[in-house]
Amino acid sequence: MLTDSQAVTSKGIDTHLILIYVALVIIGWLSIYSSSYDPQAEFTLFNLDQNYGRQLIWIIVSAAFAIAILVVEGKFFYNNAYIIYLIFMLLILSVLFLGTEISGAKAWIKIGSFSIQPIEFAKFATALALAKFFNEGKTDSERRNIWLIAFIFILVPAGIAILQKDTGSALVFFSLIIMFYREGFSGWLMLLGLLIIVTFVFTLMWNELYTIAFLLVLLCISCFFIRGNKMKLLRNVGIFLGFVMLVFAVNVAYTKVLQPHQRQRIDTIFGKSIDPKGADFNLNQSKIAIGSGGFAGKGYLNGTQTKLNFVPEQTTDFIFCGIGEEWGFIGSIAIFTLFMALILRIIFLAERHKSTFVRVYGYGVASIIFFHLVINIGMTIGLVPVIGIPLPFISYGGSSLWGFTLLLFIFIKINAE
Amino acid sequence: MNPLSEQRKIIIIGSMLLVSVVCLCKLFGLQVIDKRYKEAAERNAIREVTITPPRGLIYDRNDSLLVYNEAAYDLMVIPKDMKPFDTMDLCKSIDITKEELCEKLEKAKKYSPLLPSIVKQQMPKDDYGFLQEKMHKFPGFFVQNRILRSYPVPIAAHILGYIGEITDQQLSTDTYYQLGDYIGISGIEKSYEEELRGRKGKRMVLVDVNNREQGPYKNGEADVSAVAGANLWSTLDLKLQEYGEKLLEGKRGSIVAIEPSTGEVLCVVSMPTYDPNLLVGKDRGKNYAALNADVENTPLFNRALKACYPPGSTFKIANGLIAQQEGVINRNTYYSCGGGYSYGGHRLKCHSHAGSDLVDAVRCSCNAYFCHAFYNTISNSRYHSIQEGYQVWKNRINQLGFGQKFNTDLPYESKGIIPSVEFFDKRYNGHWNANSVISMAIGQGEVGSTPLQMANLIAIVANRGYYYKPHVVRAIGTKNTPNKRYNEKIDCGIDQRYFEPIIEGMKLVISGGTGRLAQVEGIEMAGKTGTAQNPHGADHSVFACFAPVDHPKIALFILVENGGWGGVLAARIASLMTEMYLNREIKQTQKEQDVLTHTLYYAKKKNAN
Repeated sequence: MLTDSQAVTSKGIDTHLILIYVALVIIGWLSIYSSSYDPQAEFTLFNLDQNYGRQLIWIIVSAAFAIAILVVEGKFFYNNAYIIYLIFMLLILSVLFLGTEISGAKAWIKIGSFSIQPIEFAKFATALALAKFFNEGKTDSERRNIWLIAFIFILVPAGIAILQKDTGSALVFFSLIIMFYREGFSGWLMLLGLLIIVTFVFTLMWNELYTIAFLLVLLCISCFFIRGNKMKLLRNVGIFLGFVMLVFAVNVAYTKVLQPHQRQRIDTIFGKSIDPKGADFNLNQSKIAIGSGGFAGKGYLNGTQTKLNFVPEQTTDFIFCGIGEEWGFIGSIAIFTLFMALILRIIFLAERHKSTFVRVYGYGVASIIFFHLVINIGMTIGLVPVIGIPLPFISYGGSSLWGFTLLLFIFIKINAE
Repeated sequence: MNPLSEQRKIIIIGSMLLVSVVCLCKLFGLQVIDKRYKEAAERNAIREVTITPPRGLIYDRNDSLLVYNEAAYDLMVIPKDMKPFDTMDLCKSIDITKEELCEKLEKAKKYSPLLPSIVKQQMPKDDYGFLQEKMHKFPGFFVQNRILRSYPVPIAAHILGYIGEITDQQLSTDTYYQLGDYIGISGIEKSYEEELRGRKGKRMVLVDVNNREQGPYKNGEADVSAVAGANLWSTLDLKLQEYGEKLLEGKRGSIVAIEPSTGEVLCVVSMPTYDPNLLVGKDRGKNYAALNADVENTPLFNRALKACYPPGSTFKIANGLIAQQEGVINRNTYYSCGGGYSYGGHRLKCHSHAGSDLVDAVRCSCNAYFCHAFYNTISNSRYHSIQEGYQVWKNRINQLGFGQKFNTDLPYESKGIIPSVEFFDKRYNGHWNANSVISMAIGQGEVGSTPLQMANLIAIVANRGYYYKPHVVRAIGTKNTPNKRYNEKIDCGIDQRYFEPIIEGMKLVISGGTGRLAQVEGIEMAGKTGTAQNPHGADHSVFACFAPVDHPKIALFILVENGGWGGVLAARIASLMTEMYLNREIKQTQKEQDVLTHTLYYAKKKNAN
């Protein structure tokens, strides 16, 4: 019996994924250590007053989680996917009532002196439940409403996250639409949805004229593809006019409906406010830190910007600043390479696997990690609005590290079977 | 795998790679191509420098400077920005011990690691110049300009007031201020704090790793320029104030002068006083403690506004006016005196004379006359009870400015004492009559008033029936923007015609009565002596007057504690003050000499010490 299970765990486990995971976690710890590095302070590895000391504990616990998952039978996750989903939905729901508010989001449960953020665990639970949902045989009525039901799986945790005032996490769940697309969701609808989001963001970030100009360019490009088909041209012009109306609607809502303080919040998110102590300041500092790294970086432990606390949240959401400053563009490439290798490897394994359950879950994992990567780094360099979500495996924080470890290792485990 | 799925896999992977490449391109631009960020990092530290606007200056009514500003320099620290530095070097530069420095830094850290705290206050200019040379050695430290108040002529300390560092409590209630800010604590500095302080501005500056300023942040977009504090024109007359303080030197008491036509206070002398320059700068705390500890002279106590004295005979003016208004006497009413006023077996003495009408009663300050008048006022048969009659009198005396604060820009007034009906009901178990309170007829007994209230009464007489609330600031911002807070003309409830006999009597006081010593050649004056009985020692010398009688320019009230009979010391001072204000020079040198050499027992005692 014992020998049996040993054989199973050692067989089929993808060592590439584990190696990349270990590399990212080590890079994360080194970066956290660097950003709180003080040449005069005494160094003790398990210094619980310092983030790096605590992160080491989180890493050890993560390793325990990882081993536990590898020991558990893969079927366990398939059989209990809905129950796991239900448990974590109830957990994040309970945060609304029992939770503690930390920096604006009521997303934390305090246990003694530590706080955990249950929403981090809802991510793998949602991916798991969706994987099972797509894998199951469907009744006819289910087949008809398949996308509606799939969206409900996403909307529940996203809705709760919004109620927790944690917009960043709420958006993460929508990244699973990438996986929907792979499973057959309409590409046109995706494009439309994407365009709506882009229109929204552009209108608020720039102004209505630029956005309309942008839409006009898209219209012209589309004309090139339809090649004189009058019906299609009419349709595209119609869609274009619809979007122009959306632009004005957003603009009216922004200027007339919103209260000044709400406007202020939006301005801050989109970097339009010139409050030098606000989000704009943070972004500016973040860019300076990353930009000052140059091609090869200033060298490990030599970053001045992060060390002098110019960058806010520099061990959590803005951890990439320290990497960019100390390792330069080479470091940036390395991070992207590692992450993309991880994501592509997952997709590769997912596509290769016979089971729909594994494929869907794999795409879910890839979507979530990719979304985190792009939004987190995009935020630090001003490509996307400042949305506070962590960089997987690297950012400081037990909840986030554990959540991503579970997410990844469940894939490693079910893929192995 | 079906072709559709294959196509979608490729689209997904392709999009992901595309987005990654876009991010990397942006990073390439940021990290490799754009050099601005490297430069920015080198001078990266934004420091918010508060621009404290100069506090408004204070002038006297003739544009002479009373309060101005002097620059001083505070060494500040932002603990978060500190880096290891040569502590000995810094200690030597600013002349403090290492222990003191460490203590200061600890305190600063505790207050806030991000906000500036003071390390060394008010360095002299020379120290600052020396330190500035090597500021780059001390990252996290910087120097902030401060403004110290200075007084070219050390006078009117009580009225001008002083500024001091804001307290924690004030800090928690008013977000305008920061730790270490200065705020008006008393006097004009307090009443006009908002006008004087102006509005702070701020400058966002970039500071490099070596703590050198590298220019404005975002080209000064976020800067807020400071608005200078408004200058004030006080109603005080510097020359008169200075002279009044000189005359009272070595004595205890006060002089209040009011311009009747406006209510503007021309001088407020309260002796003993202190040099306002003592409550400036880093020794303020020490000096304040010393002044506060001087319980014998109480220099911090503003007698002119806070001390509650029995008003003495000068109060007869008020009672004479009320009795006329109430119709119980007129200018021809005659009361015999015969050396006093007898009631219920007691006798309130007067000097020996047969009797007098109203004018003569004012002239010779007949106690009996005013007792009769007061008695008739409050025991008037029109009113059903002594309580009602007394209440009528009390209302009228309140209208004349007694028993209440003016609540203007003068600091810390006392209300004075005009007892309520309930007070006497309680004291006499409800059974009392006019004679129970008869001493109030002549300004003794239960009544108490401040010199300011008495001066205001004289202003009312000079105006023949109205007053403006006494105040000390006449213009704000520019000399031609009058302070409109106190321009309400207040009717005192006494008809103009009732003032004539009183003023006539007061003229006689000067020309041939008890106040002859107050005369000033060529100026027609009206006055009233007083001798406030003092249960604690020699009587207070009191004199009230206004001049010129027809177009009054000054109403004066003088009280010298334990100064004896009012007709001598106080009258002489009144004479000199009037002469100084109206003629701008003193010709009565003998009189001046007499006042200056007039020493009182407490002064002698002080010398003996």
